[in-house]
Parts: sequence; structure tokens; C-alpha cells
Amino acid sequence: MATATVPRRSALGEALAGVRHAADENPGSLLGWLATVDHKKIGVLYGVSAFLLFLVGGLEALLMRTQLMFPNSDVLTNDQFNRLFTMHGVTMVFMVVMPLSAAFFNLMVPLMIGARDVAFPRLNAFSYWTFLGGAILINISFFTGDIFDGELGAPDGGWFGYAPLSLPEYTPGNGMDFYAIGLQILGLSSLAGGLNFAVTILNMRAPGMSLFRLPVFIWMTLVTSFLIIFAMPVIAVALFELTFDRLFEANFFNVDAGGNPILWQHMFWLFGHPEVYILILPAFGIISEILPTFSRKPLFGYAFVVFSGIAIGFMSWGVWVHHMYTTGLGTIANSAFGISTILIGVPTGVKIFNWMATMAGGSIRFKSPMMFAVGAVAMFTIGGLSGITHSMVPSDYQQQDSYYIVAHFHYVLFGGAILALFGGIIYWGPKFTGRLFNEPLAHIHFWVMLIGFNLTFFPMHVSGLLGMPRRVYTYDEGMGWDVWNLLSSLGAFCIALSVIVFIVNFVYSIMMKRGAVAGPDPWDARTLEWSITSPPPHYNFATIPQVHSLDDWWHQKYREDADGNVIPAMAGAALATEVAHGGDGGEEHGDEHHGDIHMPSPSFMPLIAALGIPIMGIGFIYDYALVPVGATLLLVGIYGWALEPATEED
Amino acid sequence: MAHASTAHLETSTGIDNRKLLMWFFLSSDCLFFGSFIAAYLLYRDRSLVGPYPEDLFDIPFTSVSAFVLLMSSVSMVLALAAIQRGNVRGMQIWLFTTAMLGALFIAGQVYEFTEFHHEGLSLSTNLFGTTFFVLTGFHGAHVTIGVLILLSLFVYSLRGGIQQKDSLNVELAGLYWHFVDIVWIVIFTLIYLVQP
Repeated sequence: MATATVPRRSALGEALAGVRHAADENPGSLLGWLATVDHKKIGVLYGVSAFLLFLVGGLEALLMRTQLMFPNSDVLTNDQFNRLFTMHGVTMVFMVVMPLSAAFFNLMVPLMIGARDVAFPRLNAFSYWTFLGGAILINISFFTGDIFDGELGAPDGGWFGYAPLSLPEYTPGNGMDFYAIGLQILGLSSLAGGLNFAVTILNMRAPGMSLFRLPVFIWMTLVTSFLIIFAMPVIAVALFELTFDRLFEANFFNVDAGGNPILWQHMFWLFGHPEVYILILPAFGIISEILPTFSRKPLFGYAFVVFSGIAIGFMSWGVWVHHMYTTGLGTIANSAFGISTILIGVPTGVKIFNWMATMAGGSIRFKSPMMFAVGAVAMFTIGGLSGITHSMVPSDYQQQDSYYIVAHFHYVLFGGAILALFGGIIYWGPKFTGRLFNEPLAHIHFWVMLIGFNLTFFPMHVSGLLGMPRRVYTYDEGMGWDVWNLLSSLGAFCIALSVIVFIVNFVYSIMMKRGAVAGPDPWDARTLEWSITSPPPHYNFATIPQVHSLDDWWHQKYREDADGNVIPAMAGAALATEVAHGGDGGEEHGDEHHGDIHMPSPSFMPLIAALGIPIMGIGFIYDYALVPVGATLLLVGIYGWALEPATEED
Repeated sequence: MAHASTAHLETSTGIDNRKLLMWFFLSSDCLFFGSFIAAYLLYRDRSLVGPYPEDLFDIPFTSVSAFVLLMSSVSMVLALAAIQRGNVRGMQIWLFTTAMLGALFIAGQVYEFTEFHHEGLSLSTNLFGTTFFVLTGFHGAHVTIGVLILLSLFVYSLRGGIQQKDSLNVELAGLYWHFVDIVWIVIFTLIYLVQP
């Protein structure tokens, strides 16, 4: 808060500035990574962490599928199974899809709007370290039980943590304390990120980059950021109430004291439905960038896609009761929310038709990112259709808490979000690694994943409609569910295989540098990030670009002749060289500019502040003595942050 | 100095990054307090055992502390006006006054909480105790953070850290302070004054 010129420096201040300088000098060292405020490095940190957590969440899923492969298995006990499905949901929603989206926000937003960094680089680092702290906090809960006796300490109340069932009376142990406090920390991280990206997109655009020249991915990031800004406080309050009930014997959800048994559900789903759009809108943005590039056509109906995204953002606040039809809210409430749920399918359908129209008549190249994007559209559409079936109240009464619901949300969140995010990794990864993924391996990855995904989740529609409930750890023979469960489990291992193929591709193409050199613009794409080198210099643009149109980079490369055919723009057109300038010389050329481009200095303060938060969290669960320790670290971080200059003088 | 790296850049909207951030944060905080207030209103008159609000509320006392908080918004305005004119001394006086008025409000809240506790209301007594203490407690935490920010600015300005060109720092603290004040007006009206 308090800033302006620091009149004099203490010895401690000098020492800190020295460490900071060392981090600045060696950006590739451990110190450099710990103190980085570069949006590209923070994006990489987000991506790598989220991918590792994806493996953790996937392992949890594999354990569950192994248990359910045959009737009456005893691979897992019911208690272990409860903890695994809870952690699988929490991990995939809050620690995989959200941070993977955040990785793309970090990597792409400044590059696509023509900026050198985000509006608040240190706040950005704080978001990442807070996320990491929250993720570690929740996951260490596994080890708080007697793990060698097979007793896991993880939360066991489902990812939705329905109170009063999540109160100590029904859910003893510390698992749900870790859930409440861990999600609180992850929410804080998301909120800081949402605030940062909303300001960045509105305020840091290159000259000429008006709102309606923003790439659709940026629009979807903006809508997602606002959803985060408004949804996170709601879940924060619900989690605080749960925490007070569990740790300090408050009565928010205590039915014996007159508490309302569905208050939690209302608050959770008032957050939860915007949350599902927080998960899917970034994926929609990625799809909207990949399809036009590989169809060599502009996105069909840009304004429609943007406005339908905004409409989804608003409408997502008015559909939460469709998660609660069976709680007995009455016919009028159920009908009203049934109608609003059907209506939210309209802007979503608009997007799907626009994507199909983008491809129609295009010169489509089925490169691997395109495969993932088209796959995501197709799978999301199936998930959207099953979603429409449970917007109908009577139909939902049958489907509630059955595997049909599990099938539905995996089609939208795995088939939609995860496929699109893998498409994004293969599409934009080369921009940051300088190497293309191996194309045949990426195609194998895609097909094995697509087949495995459908093999896993399509049979769940059937087992669900045959009455198999969610969250049961086993089932008897002769219920008619055996074959469907066997298929689902085989599919799950198929998905695991496809992830291994991806890892092999990553190691081979990127880490062993066997992939083809990407060059600045390997896909002949449309947006600004492709006008600079791969990987980009740390200041991104040597000269801040001047933007003249939507898909500006494309229009610098191509123009239309009199018949409307796309032809290359004049070689050496003044504009193209001006923008590509930073790209031609690469790093060495850029270093000449370093003297006059002042990038924010690295800082340890976000890390110190973020470190205090999980320590406080652990303190609340186990020993209040740790709370002041964490609070002190947090305060030291915040004051150090406010007092240090953002950019050290050379 | 922290703002120097962004201050020399024109922003696309013309609004300073930090100011936009503060507005978005406050809009988020609206939903934070909104959710707690909604929980309080949902549970009003649902407590199964006493003490009940009408047994405890001392409207004249709380009106005085609400007035103190309102007046702190006036002194906050004066602090910002002073530094925008380049009057560092005036800003210091008014910043300190604002912080002290805020601290006085907190003292009033501590007194009120202690009184209620003596009269048998705790966090776990009934729904009223739960929703009242948590809602007003989170508001009190916001005021306390505000007092810390104001005192930090005050101490920093004593070291010469805040000049006319840095008035945005005071303005941001002011935005936060006025917001916390407005939230209290809502809480005071809905929870203390409007009794069913």
C-alpha cells in the first residue's frame, strides 16, 4: 500500500536487494524461479504443477475404476473409496482445470494483447505460490491418517462437501477441515488471479487493440475473470461458515439449533454453477483460436461468439437450483430454474454452430491441435445434450446421484475442457519451448484419449440409467451393471495410456529437443503472439505493436485480391517488418534493447507472503501457536512487497 | 516507487491499474458481505433459545459508534483533499484522525462483544450468536485492516514517503475505507434498526 521513494535503506534492506539482484542476474537458477514475476515463467509453473496434480487426480480415478471393475471387489475399503472420490473431484476441479486455465491466461494474455507483462506481476506470483500452498495443504491430508494401516486422512465428504453431512458429527477427523481451509486458500489464489487478469485485459492492451479486436480467447478470459471475482467470495463465505461450524462450534448448518439443512447447498451451487463456466469458458476460448487457424478462415460470427460468452457469464448465475431439484423447493422454483437451464443452452449452442460454420468451406488442415479442438467440440456437444436431459425436472429426478450425471459432467469437463486444454498445450506449447510436438505421437495421443474417454464415460450413461448410484464403493452381481463397469474401467486405463503417450511426446520433442524447430509462426496463425520469436524474449515485444484490425497478424501476412481470394501481402510491407522486428533478431538482438526496456525486478515477497497462508491454515487445524507464525510471514511479505521498488535501479 | 513501472504507461481505459483493481476487489467484497448478511437475514427469528437480539441490542450505544465510523469517512475525505493540494501536514493529521476514529469504533465493538458474552451470547449459543458474531466480526476485521493501512500510510508519510504525486495511495486507502463504512451502514440498518 504505502509506496513512493524509500528515503534510506536499512542493512536488511540492502541484503534483500542483494538476493533480489542475484535472482535477476540468474533467471534460470532456482533462486530465479522462486522470485520470478515474469508471466511466461509463472505460466510454466502453473502448467507443470497442474499437470502433476492431473497425474495425482488420474491415479485416484484409476484406483476407483480398479475397485469398480468387477462386482464385490475389495481393492479399496468404502472409507478409502470415499476419500479418493472426494479428492479426485477437488483435485480435478480446483487443482487441475482451473490452474491449467490459469497457465494459459498467464502465458497468452500479455502476448495476445500486445503487452510486456500483466498489470500486477508480483500479485501474479502471489497467486501461483498461494495456489501451490493450497494444493500441497489439501494433499498432505492423505498422510494425516495412519497411512501404513491403509487409513487415509483425506477429506471424505465429496467435492461439494454438503453440510450438515460435512459437520464433525457425521464426518469426524480432520479431513473436511483440510477441505474447508485448503479450498479457501485455492479460492484466494483464483481471486487474486481473476482481479489481475481483468485489470490486465482492460488496461494493458496495445494501441489500437479495441475490445472488439481482442482475440476470443482473451474475451473468454475476461468473462472467466469476472465470474471468478463474483463467485469466489460466495464459496469463501460458505467455507468460512463450515470452518466456523467445524472448528469453533458455530451453528450455521447445525439443524439441532434450527439451522437450514440446504443453506450450504444454495451457497455452494450459487458458486458452483458459475464455477463450471469458469472451467469451460477458457477451453471455449482455446477452441475459438485453434479452429480459425487450421480452417484458414476468420472465426464465423466473432461478435456472436463474444456476446454468447458474455450471456453465458450472466445466465450462469440463474441456474444453480438445477443441482437441487430433489431437495423439495417446490414446483415453481424447479420450473423456473428448469427454464433458465434450458435457456443457457442457447448461447452455448450459438458457439457450437459458429465453430461448425468456421470450419465449413475452410481449407482445413487436420494437425494435432485441430484434432483436439474438433474432438472437444464434438464431446462437449454430447455432454451438453445429456445436460439438457437433466434440465427437465422429472427426468432429473431419475438421474439425480446416478452414474448418468457422472457421464454428463465428464463429457463436458473432460471431453470439453481437458481435450481443449491438451489442444492448447500442443498449439501454444511450441511458442514457449521453441519446439513442435511430434505430430504422429500427438495424433496417437489424441485417438487413444478420445477412444479411452468414450469407452470410460459412455457406458456410464447406461449404468446410470440402469440405476447405479454415484459414490458407491462396490455393487452386487446381477444388477445388470457388470459389463458397463468393466468397459468403463478398461477405458480408464486407455486414458492413462494416452497420457503416457503425451508424456513420452513431451520428453522426446521438448526435453530431448527432437521436435522440429517451431519458428515464430509454425501454424500460419492469426494473432499477435505469432509475430514474435519462439520462445519470446522476456520483454515480449521490442516495440509495442500497433493494432489495426481483428486478427491483426493475419492481415499483416495476407490480403484479399479482387475475387476475394487470400493472397500473401506484399513482401516487406512496412507494417509487417515493424511488428516482426523484435522477432528477427531473437534474444541477442533483444539484449541491445534491454537497456531501455525496464521489466519488473524479481521479488521474493509474494513467495514469503504466500508461505504464511497455509501455515496459518495448518495452525487452525492442529495448533493455534502456528497461526501467529503464518500471520507474521504474511505481514512481512506484504510490507516488504509494499516497500520494495517494483523495478530496482541498475 | 512501486507504482513507477506502471505509472508512466498510459492504460487503455485511462484508469490507473491499481484503482481499477481496488474497484474490482470491492465489487467482489460486496458479495462476500452480501452472503453473510443473507445468512443473518435467513436465520433472523429462527433461534431456538435466547438471548435474542431485542434482549441485547443497545441502539443508542451502537448509533454512537456508527456515527464515529461515519465521521471517519469525513476525515478520510479531508486527508485525500489535503494531499491532493500538496498539504502533507494536513494529510498526516487527517489520516491519523481517521485511524483513531476507526480504532474507537473497534473498541466499541470489542466492548459490545464482551457485553453480549457476559449476557450469555456466544458463537455457539444459537443461530443469532453464530450469524451476528461472524458477520460483524468479519466487518470488524475489515476495519482493523483499514486502520493498519491508514497507520502504515501515516508512518510512511512521516518518513517523507508520500508527496502530492503519490496521492493515489491515499485515494486507494480511502476507497477501501469508505466501502467498509458503507457496509457498516447496511449492517447497522438491517441488523440493528430494522427489527421484525
